[in-house]
Amino acid sequence: MSTRVTFRPALLRLLAALAAVALVLPGCFTDRQNEGQRLYAARCAGCHGANGQGLRRLMPPLAGSDYLQRHRAELPCLIRRGQQGPITVNGVLYDQVMPAHEDLTDSQITNLLNYVHNAWGNRAPKHTIREVSELLRACDGSDGR
Amino acid sequence: MPRFSFLRTVLGLSAASLLLLSACQSTPDKPLPIYGGEEIAPGDTVYPRIPDYTLLNQDRQTVTPATFAGKVYVSDFFFATCPDICPVMQTQMLRVYEKYKDDPRVGFISHTIDPSHDSIPVLRDYAQRLGVPTARQWHFVTAPRDTIFHLARIYMAGVQLHPDAPRGVLHSGAFALVDPQRHIRGVYDGTVPDQVDKLLADLPRLLAELPEAPAAAAK
Ligand code: HEC
Repeated sequence: MSTRVTFRPALLRLLAALAAVALVLPGCFTDRQNEGQRLYAARCAGCHGANGQGLRRLMPPLAGSDYLQRHRAELPCLIRRGQQGPITVNGVLYDQVMPAHEDLTDSQITNLLNYVHNAWGNRAPKHTIREVSELLRACDGSDGR
Repeated sequence: MPRFSFLRTVLGLSAASLLLLSACQSTPDKPLPIYGGEEIAPGDTVYPRIPDYTLLNQDRQTVTPATFAGKVYVSDFFFATCPDICPVMQTQMLRVYEKYKDDPRVGFISHTIDPSHDSIPVLRDYAQRLGVPTARQWHFVTAPRDTIFHLARIYMAGVQLHPDAPRGVLHSGAFALVDPQRHIRGVYDGTVPDQVDKLLADLPRLLAELPEAPAAAAK
């Protein structure tokens, strides 16, 4: 089975144009090279699980979490400052410590949240960086980046 | 970004120890190795045993080597507010626990390396949240910090004080597999699922060494 592919100049130009667009696009949207997904795997999955499933009654789930909708506006500060004290997610009471994430930029928090809002069957509108920066002011947590 | 560098150090430590340890990893037909053997004379090797200890578990019961008499057990070190590797480790330990739940030949022990925070009520709550209702099989234990740190070295869990680490301690996610003679027969990186697969494969081999009808004898 051999398929021969001959690149005609027009096709090449089209490919080049597509490549250029692909390079420029990430600048327009907030998700640079799946940054949200990569950050999730590196910084959140240990506790919340590779698929956002949580860990028994110790770590709350993010997949299908009603907390995400109910507290949407507080999520940027939750990630920035961490969270402790009893909270209820899908009717289950959790009470452990989530650490702060002081080193993440506003845009990284945006990408993380947008990933979480749309992974594992979650469906929620995306945040813009500007919106997240504004929400972060509530906890004095915007780094303007 | 200090958190990352700790993780790297921890992973580095465990990677390094695994490299060292792979030297004494056995093939399936041979018995599992005994760790830390020292040849005192040609052909005469002594193997270290887990020393005596007295700890307190989440049900406020005393835990000593007698608790695990006639049993095989798995040990690890953690703390309740550990921000990086512990949830991963406990997820992996749960795999082993689920497999041997209610098997009286197998015990589990998780030592807190942050005894000033992890009081007995904290340990009990943590265990219950993890799905471990009582200390019957899986003991979450505390003791003065020096005792725990000493044990951590013995169980090869590389615990170290570090001023910048979360709660001031750095540790590896090592799981140790211990036989009824108090010899360490396996050490695994509890943050790596493949390593825990290996533990799951080794455990039945160790159980096969137990005398017949151990269930009655062990209780
Ligand atoms: C050390 C473990 C840990 C890490 C790492 C962690 N979390 Fe959490 N997270 C928790 C705990 C524990 C809670 C509940 C806190 C409480 O009981 O008050 C929580 C709560 C949450 C909640 C609200 C409750 C829910 O389930 O919807 C969100 C959203 C969340 N975390 C997102 C994240 C994101 C995004 C990251 C990565 C940047 C992250 N977490 C990293 C442990 C962690």
